[in-house]
Amino acid sequence: MAVEQEVTGVVSHIKGPIVVADGMRGARIREIVLVGEEKLIGEIVRIEGNRTVIQVYEPTEGMRPGEPVERTGEPLSAELGPGLLGQVLDGLGRPLPKIAEMTGPFITRGIKLPTLPRDVKWSFKPSARVGDRVVPGDVLGTVPEGAVTHKIMVPPNALPGRIVEMAPEGDYTVEEVIAVVESAGGVRQEIKLYHKWPVRMPRPFREKLEPTMLLVTGQRVIDTFFPIVKGGASAIPGGFGTGKTVTLHQVSKWADADVVVYVGCGERGNEMTDLLQHFPKLIDPKTGRPLLERSVLIANTSNMPVPAREASIFIGITYAEYYRDMGLDVVLTADSTSRWAEALRELSSRLEEIPSERGFPAYLPDYIASFYERAGRIKVLGRRDEMGSVAVIGAVSPSGGDLNEPVTQHTMRYVGAFWALDKDLAFKRHFPAINWLKSFSKYVAELKYWWIENTGYDMMEYRERAMEILQKASSLEEVARVVGEAALSDENRLVLLAAEMIREGFLVQNAYHEVDTYCSPKKQAMLLKALVEFYDRARPLVEAGVPMSSIREMSSVGLLMRLKFVPEDEFEEALKEALTKLETEASMLMAEVR
Amino acid sequence: MAVIYGATRKGIRLVKGPLLFMEGVLEARFGEVVRIFSEEGREWVGQVLEAGREATVIQVLGDTEGIDVGVIVKFTGETLKLPVAEEMLGRVFSGSGVPIDGGPPVKAEDYRDINGAPINPTMRDYPDEFVETGISAIDGMLSLVRGQKLPIFSESGLPHNQVAAQIARQAVVPGKAERFAIVFAAIGLKHDEVLYFRKQFEEFGALSRSILFLNLANDPVIERIMTPRVALTAAEYLAFDLDMDVLVILTDMTNYCEALRELSAAREEVPSRKGYPGYMYSDLASIYERAGRIKGKAGSITLMPILTMPGGDLTHPIPDLTGYITEGQIFLDYDLFNRGIYPPINVLPSLSRLMKDGVGRGKTREDHMEVSNQLYASYREGTKARELVQIIGEAGLSKRERTYLRFADRFEREFVAQGFRERRPIEETLEIAWDLLAMLPEAELTRISDATIAKYHPKHRGSGEEGPEGKTEIYA
Repeated sequence: MAVEQEVTGVVSHIKGPIVVADGMRGARIREIVLVGEEKLIGEIVRIEGNRTVIQVYEPTEGMRPGEPVERTGEPLSAELGPGLLGQVLDGLGRPLPKIAEMTGPFITRGIKLPTLPRDVKWSFKPSARVGDRVVPGDVLGTVPEGAVTHKIMVPPNALPGRIVEMAPEGDYTVEEVIAVVESAGGVRQEIKLYHKWPVRMPRPFREKLEPTMLLVTGQRVIDTFFPIVKGGASAIPGGFGTGKTVTLHQVSKWADADVVVYVGCGERGNEMTDLLQHFPKLIDPKTGRPLLERSVLIANTSNMPVPAREASIFIGITYAEYYRDMGLDVVLTADSTSRWAEALRELSSRLEEIPSERGFPAYLPDYIASFYERAGRIKVLGRRDEMGSVAVIGAVSPSGGDLNEPVTQHTMRYVGAFWALDKDLAFKRHFPAINWLKSFSKYVAELKYWWIENTGYDMMEYRERAMEILQKASSLEEVARVVGEAALSDENRLVLLAAEMIREGFLVQNAYHEVDTYCSPKKQAMLLKALVEFYDRARPLVEAGVPMSSIREMSSVGLLMRLKFVPEDEFEEALKEALTKLETEASMLMAEVR
Repeated sequence: MAVIYGATRKGIRLVKGPLLFMEGVLEARFGEVVRIFSEEGREWVGQVLEAGREATVIQVLGDTEGIDVGVIVKFTGETLKLPVAEEMLGRVFSGSGVPIDGGPPVKAEDYRDINGAPINPTMRDYPDEFVETGISAIDGMLSLVRGQKLPIFSESGLPHNQVAAQIARQAVVPGKAERFAIVFAAIGLKHDEVLYFRKQFEEFGALSRSILFLNLANDPVIERIMTPRVALTAAEYLAFDLDMDVLVILTDMTNYCEALRELSAAREEVPSRKGYPGYMYSDLASIYERAGRIKGKAGSITLMPILTMPGGDLTHPIPDLTGYITEGQIFLDYDLFNRGIYPPINVLPSLSRLMKDGVGRGKTREDHMEVSNQLYASYREGTKARELVQIIGEAGLSKRERTYLRFADRFEREFVAQGFRERRPIEETLEIAWDLLAMLPEAELTRISDATIAKYHPKHRGSGEEGPEGKTEIYA
């Protein structure tokens, strides 16, 4: 593909993934180059006069000074078009199953593979006509892709103009031209089913909107207590063994988004395999289609090249923005952003930059912001009144479990929800181990009306009451630890019981249980309401002198705590039963003391 | 010795620690192996750390004693490779792969780059088959699964070497014993520790199915960096070329990390936490992630690294970064050790992430997971009662708490503790567990379903209800 004149530089120094080349006149920062005889993919990160410093995305063993360096003239870009969904890609957007076909079970270097298959034909249905005036973002037609209607849009970097040619309805590969747009200046722009976009540049939109819609994850502690909105950003920090990855997998599986992008960034190979083997079997509860059809999985495990780890997150968010621009709701989950930041540290150190805190470069906060700030709910480009959103959920792996380390601290500044995982809870096998006293969500207030409109319940009121009980219980527990639970008054012991019921009956959720793995917002609301009502119903009993031991022995206590395991379609019935039982038992106890 | 092709150069400008700085050598390839000769005829091996037109940096693999600026450097054009062959089984090698058992050199069937290549995540097969170590605490509650990486977190002075030797001697994949091999790498161990391991392997006849790589504490630091990689390269050959199930034991990874820090300091790299290099996570991952199974291949690599936590500190970078990569951890505990419990495995903070997929019906026994959960919960109750005794004395305990206290004692003495030469099949492990659980009231066994209790509880067994199926098949 490259011709002789394009060989513009020669390698002069090799130090691991950092290669210095001479004679690259005209080269630009962030331009992609092909390094050495094996044409390894690299990116220009620094220019010092005649010397160009290149970060190479593949191992450089065996390279020697004097080998050629080719320019491509392009920054690191993602291919955007039909065929992304359902794929499993590496950190540079190369399909991993195709790499396996080429090189067997181990990944070798120097592989060039496009993200989108070139031989697949997509059935394109035009919606614009010759003569139409179009601007970037306008829809030219659609292609069905899995569960999604994929809109073919005028790319954001094209010039506005008039359609002079339009392909008829039919089957096309991504390389075929489906429209020609001529700009006012007479530039003929050929538009294909796909285009390329530089991954480090956020895709443009018309306007950023206030996020007001809950992103339903089906995980009770998240949706009810520390919700994230469509277009929101959240972080989930926790030491190893606290269940970070399981929580993230759960969110990726159940989030009510149109498209999910999962970036496995520097994590365990077997975990990725677990996801890859289980994901295809999962069915979307809304559409009844395989979840994989709405997902893009990016896998850069911890033993794959470090520079590609750094790129993988930007590739992922670019895919997410592309589907957002079609007016869809997208969720991007990244596991883990700490590995990504560490990749940056490693590269920065090899570039001999002056380190700041814990060896991280001084620009770490900007870097973290450049990722989280690409989340948002927006009005799309083009002349259509559509909204799209990208919600970002990033796992953070603080070293030594210390939440004061730089990556966690800087991340906290840019996210709206923070799910702090707790070793003690994990130790007690309380999962998801999200600590309700250390986590936060800035979206709670905005969601009050969402709950009322969508479930008919004022959930945020129950949330507040439940939170009150939990907080009170936590300070009572400290007292009880010193003086023993028996020394507490019955009023206080009731608080402890109510808190235990909220913990066991609501907060604890079993990801591997057939029913419990997902809980609809309505079920969440009814469940929490019932648990709070139990407290309200039991309080007069205690005040009237019913001993705590009798209250604890009511069979309705156990019933309420196990309600979460009742399937959605039998839930209302079971709830009614439990509440009736509670009422009967409570009246009986009341009658006894009178 | 093989004929060496390639350039020969003089011109060392600076020698600093293990690093030689010389003028630019155009033929030098990044990462290639060089041979260094002095005028007196001494020889060293090195590796190109930086290749450039103006400067070339070489890292000497071994002691640099005797190197001067007059040495001659020969560039071989090859990266570090290990000759591999089936006949390596039963042999003992140095930490860089040179035979040290007095036997002949290995007749290589192939030469493999010791750095390996990452396994394509889509080609991995999920680990879900039980490995029996014969140690109750591990098999019963922290089951090792074929293709898993499960470290032992220990402290100086604890008997992790014995535990490792016992596992090496006893481990087997049920039903596939004949294709099981051990690759053992000693990293920076003391002379007497290495002797201990050699003796253990020879005495119990485990050597014939093992390959030993021994790097001693006084061997060159740089060799220590190579040892786990050399061991895993041999393991990959056994597993993925010869279809064997390989258990790789790496001990002690703390010495490896110290060596990594030492080299990083010599290269004047920017340090991260506690002076360890910022790339230690990626570096450890490049070792640990070589464990696994591959679709379409019968073999597997199961990895058991052993590390001593400096100062017993779990948040120290070495155990911390390891824990983020491995699939669980097994803790050895001073308290148990001091009370004479061997192996001193504290199951409470320990975890095997892959256990749930590797045990149960058709793998070990259907009640395995429930029994494990119940033991865990009951032992925890017992240790809580033990804490209470410290405060209020045993007389202040309720009857229930006293039962649990006794349960915890018996659990440690009968289930966790076992002989160094005692190999318990999983069936026996589960029987001991049921015997212990039988001392608790049945209503307390909340983690076990009624059906399982009816079938396996000693009280109900032999009652005739279940008939001959009461005694269930193992490894069906």
